[in-house]
Amino acid sequence: MFIPHTDAERKEMLQTIGIERIEDLFADVPAAFRFPELNIPPALTEMEALQDVQGLADANESARELACFLGAGAYNHYSPAAVDFLISRSEFSTAYTPYQPEVSQGTLQAIFEFQSLICGLTGMDASNASHYDGATATAEAGILAYHYFREKRSKFVLSHAVHPDYRGVLKTYMCGYEGVEVVGDEAELDPFSGPEHITSLIDKNTALVVVQYPDFLGRIYDYTPVAKAAHDNGALFCMVVNPTALGLLKPPSEFGADIVVGEGQPLGIPLSFGGPYLGFFATRKEFVRKIAGRLVGETVDSQGRRGYVLTLTAREQHIRRDKATSNICTNQGLIALAATIYLSLLGKQGLRQVAELCYQKAHYAADQISQVPGFKVCSSAPFFHEFVICCDQPVAEINEHLLEHNILGGLDLGAIYPSLKNHLLMAVTEMNSREQIDTLCEVLKEITHV
Amino acid sequence: MNVPTNLKYAKTDEWVKLEGNVATIGVSDYAQSQLSDVVYVEISAVVGEHVAKNSTIVTIESVKAAADVNAPVSGKVLAVNEGLSQTPELVNNDPYEAAWMIKIEVENPADMDSLLDAAGYASYCEERSH
Repeated sequence: MFIPHTDAERKEMLQTIGIERIEDLFADVPAAFRFPELNIPPALTEMEALQDVQGLADANESARELACFLGAGAYNHYSPAAVDFLISRSEFSTAYTPYQPEVSQGTLQAIFEFQSLICGLTGMDASNASHYDGATATAEAGILAYHYFREKRSKFVLSHAVHPDYRGVLKTYMCGYEGVEVVGDEAELDPFSGPEHITSLIDKNTALVVVQYPDFLGRIYDYTPVAKAAHDNGALFCMVVNPTALGLLKPPSEFGADIVVGEGQPLGIPLSFGGPYLGFFATRKEFVRKIAGRLVGETVDSQGRRGYVLTLTAREQHIRRDKATSNICTNQGLIALAATIYLSLLGKQGLRQVAELCYQKAHYAADQISQVPGFKVCSSAPFFHEFVICCDQPVAEINEHLLEHNILGGLDLGAIYPSLKNHLLMAVTEMNSREQIDTLCEVLKEITHV
Repeated sequence: MNVPTNLKYAKTDEWVKLEGNVATIGVSDYAQSQLSDVVYVEISAVVGEHVAKNSTIVTIESVKAAADVNAPVSGKVLAVNEGLSQTPELVNNDPYEAAWMIKIEVENPADMDSLLDAAGYASYCEERSH
């Protein structure tokens, strides 16, 4: 335990403010509420507590034991053993960029490699050293665009097919700015509509256009017309991407994206109940001074030796003081390191292979499922590793039945898009074997027979 | 410290050179020495736009800090020093000539009265360095 003060120091402080005991500070709290009796069982020994907690933990069912077909933003991928081993080294065990960064060359180099890999993956010029997750990275794109136009453009066009949580966080971030209007994801919209409706919303007052690739329903679109409409109107164009998919798909830079953000969890980060995850954020060089957080650069020292420095922290409080618009201290350094190691181990070919496996297995699964009476794949758009199934009965019932057979079913889309009642969003990754997929279809057949 | 006598100064360290009704604006020698090496200058005001007194017109970033330059007078922006973003070191080397930032058509001559003269500004800087 960290105890910063000695008894003597405490006594001196109490004397200075003229009280005798620390308890006197709580005099205003009625006595009955000061130390209420808590309704908790008696204390356990360490051994008993461990057994107790282990018992609770064993009641969980995780993606390790189940066949997992759940995705919707967090995906069950294989992470090589070396990832966990290397990030567990004590030199790396901090989420913080050090306060005297240049002393920690290893940390800076790891961040530099992370930035380089993200740039390579997205095709963009510059990447920062990470955000909390895909949602906060997406929201930062909104902040960037708002400041880029010096508050003079107030419309933000946000596709309904961007992850619902990301949309929520972007709206939360933007709600403090006066006059900002977020359009494009109105509830009455047909969830299966493509990006055309987004294009029609873009005008000269639009600061930012945000789409997802592949989108939340797994679909892959050519966003060239959206990018063109954005740029014709002088707006910025942001793509939320799945990094695994980029192993196979055309990089966002080729659509003309100004900002590329996404969730880094698929890059070797365990699902672990939703976090800690990793947001990545990349832009064209032109916007580099507007990005949040920090950028690490490579340089040489006075003797010509390679070294790493914090090159840019243009929006941070130690540079912008009271006008800072970012404070990304906890830059998810450890998780970014995990993603860096994952990508380094896989290499370009390895990532492509993972992406191909996901794609092939997902398409096999979609074919098989659509042959089961009562289930059909309900979008004709090309997809990557996630697709929508419409069913004859409530998704909750189907998922319950699947779980009895140790299968974690897909996401109930009705909870997000009211018109998609009885629609299931299924994800398939390299972790799903053919046997798992065949079993899934067998169990689905059983359900329709009941 | 160089404080030319033909200029007026704001307490936020901008200098103003008035010729007819055109005010040329930059930052003082004292400001550049406090900021140390300037690495970036972004002029946010746009030619033709109306700026209000005390609104931010330029952002300067040095290796130590970022600082805003505020309009010492209200009026229409007539010109901005476009080249300065490519040569930010001019703010350190030649703050009163080559590193001028913006020219404003003074709308209200009384704005000039609230500024300090060279002697007043010099003693104001002197006070702050203690």
